[in-house]
Amino acid sequence: MNITLILVIIVVGIGLFLLFLYNSLIRSKLRVSEAFSQIDVQLKRRTDLIPNLIETVKGYAKHEKDTFTKVTELRTSLMQAKTPEKKAEVNNMLTDALKSIFAVAEAYPQLRASENFKELQQELEDTENKIAYSRQFYNSNVLDYNTKLQVFPNVFFAKLLNFKPAEFFGATEAERKTVKVSF
Amino acid sequence: MKIYSEISSNKWKTWLIMTLFVVFITTLVFVMNKALGLGNISLVGIAFILAGLMSIGSYYYSDKLVLATSGAKEIKKEQYPKYFRTVENLSIGAGLPMPKVYIMKDNSPNAFATGRDPKHSVVCATTGLLNMMTEAELEGVIAHELSHVKNYDVRLMGVVAILVGFIAILSDLFIRVTFFSDSDDNKGSAIFMIVALVLAILSPIAATLIQLSVSRKREYLADASGVLLTRYPEGLASALEKLEKDHTPPRVASNATAHLFIENPFDNKKVKNLFTGLFNTHPPLEERIKILRSM
Repeated sequence: MNITLILVIIVVGIGLFLLFLYNSLIRSKLRVSEAFSQIDVQLKRRTDLIPNLIETVKGYAKHEKDTFTKVTELRTSLMQAKTPEKKAEVNNMLTDALKSIFAVAEAYPQLRASENFKELQQELEDTENKIAYSRQFYNSNVLDYNTKLQVFPNVFFAKLLNFKPAEFFGATEAERKTVKVSF
Repeated sequence: MKIYSEISSNKWKTWLIMTLFVVFITTLVFVMNKALGLGNISLVGIAFILAGLMSIGSYYYSDKLVLATSGAKEIKKEQYPKYFRTVENLSIGAGLPMPKVYIMKDNSPNAFATGRDPKHSVVCATTGLLNMMTEAELEGVIAHELSHVKNYDVRLMGVVAILVGFIAILSDLFIRVTFFSDSDDNKGSAIFMIVALVLAILSPIAATLIQLSVSRKREYLADASGVLLTRYPEGLASALEKLEKDHTPPRVASNATAHLFIENPFDNKKVKNLFTGLFNTHPPLEERIKILRSM
């Protein structure tokens, strides 16, 4: 009699624990995907700006074809990339390629003086900042979610409930560490 | 996590203050009713309803009132692109919806945030602040303000500003009327005396309430979570240093709204009055700078 009661309590306890764990993990996971869609918005903005930039630069610097093709190719592969890891990788390469476009522009004073070019450069810079900030928010959500998955005793049940850790978006080592706030 | 308990504590305290306000005003009118021998119980009912409406109103409209009294104006991206972008970027980093961006024409550098939740939030900076700060410093200040939004400090602060501020103003008014008028009406002035005394006792309590709800820990917490956002403690540290050195008197700020600002507008003895000490809502800047530098 007593043993059955204890067993029932244990089973109900584990059931409740699983229920709460499941809900909290789902919430964290949704936060992660919501944060990722924020990065996507900014990446989209970036890929939208690039054709304009290339058109503008082409008007002044016709002989820099290689640079243009490289940026265009990277832009296409960024649009096709699916996983966060791949997106982060291509995005970093694109950042470098864009730097080379702006380096090319240095040699063309007329281009540098063009209002259109200045505006695009500023927009792209702003987008880059926004990508950095949305990445930061995404990564902090991933950290939060992954921590929940890996702490004791969740670690035993997370696999059972079929939760997998999320990927960081091109995070540096420093960002992966938890920042401690103490008073 | 610390921030979630901070949010629920702020929501709970907001309700507490709203309820206490209704109870206080109703009791005050009830006592006056008895003292005057009016025996008019409907007055108490009216007071209850009015106080309730005011309480609810303060919840929904505190931000608009604060903005109206401070004379702040909403701006568009084209007007102050750098300031606007800073708010944009940091709210993306904090995962907050984009707040409305306001500006206050005032040479005294300061900033505040208001609103009832992140979806209805406002960030406001004075022109003095925008002129004085570098990009990194401005980022530090805005991140601090956005942390107040994220923690729901703005909701509590807004309600406190209106309701406790209302009582403070009321007591100020009664004290002046009672002690500085040469009224011949003895009965009237005696009653005013009682009310004034009650309010005079309550005013410091109200001030303590502000202090309790807007504890110094809150400013440290906003500093810390702001830095978590910018990852650059020196930005906010040097911004606070500039605020410390600045002695431009503020144009608009009162006891009721002092706690909303990033730096106490009455610091450095810019404005002196009876209640300044009581309403000392902010921890000393040197202390905040020291903590930021040690991060």
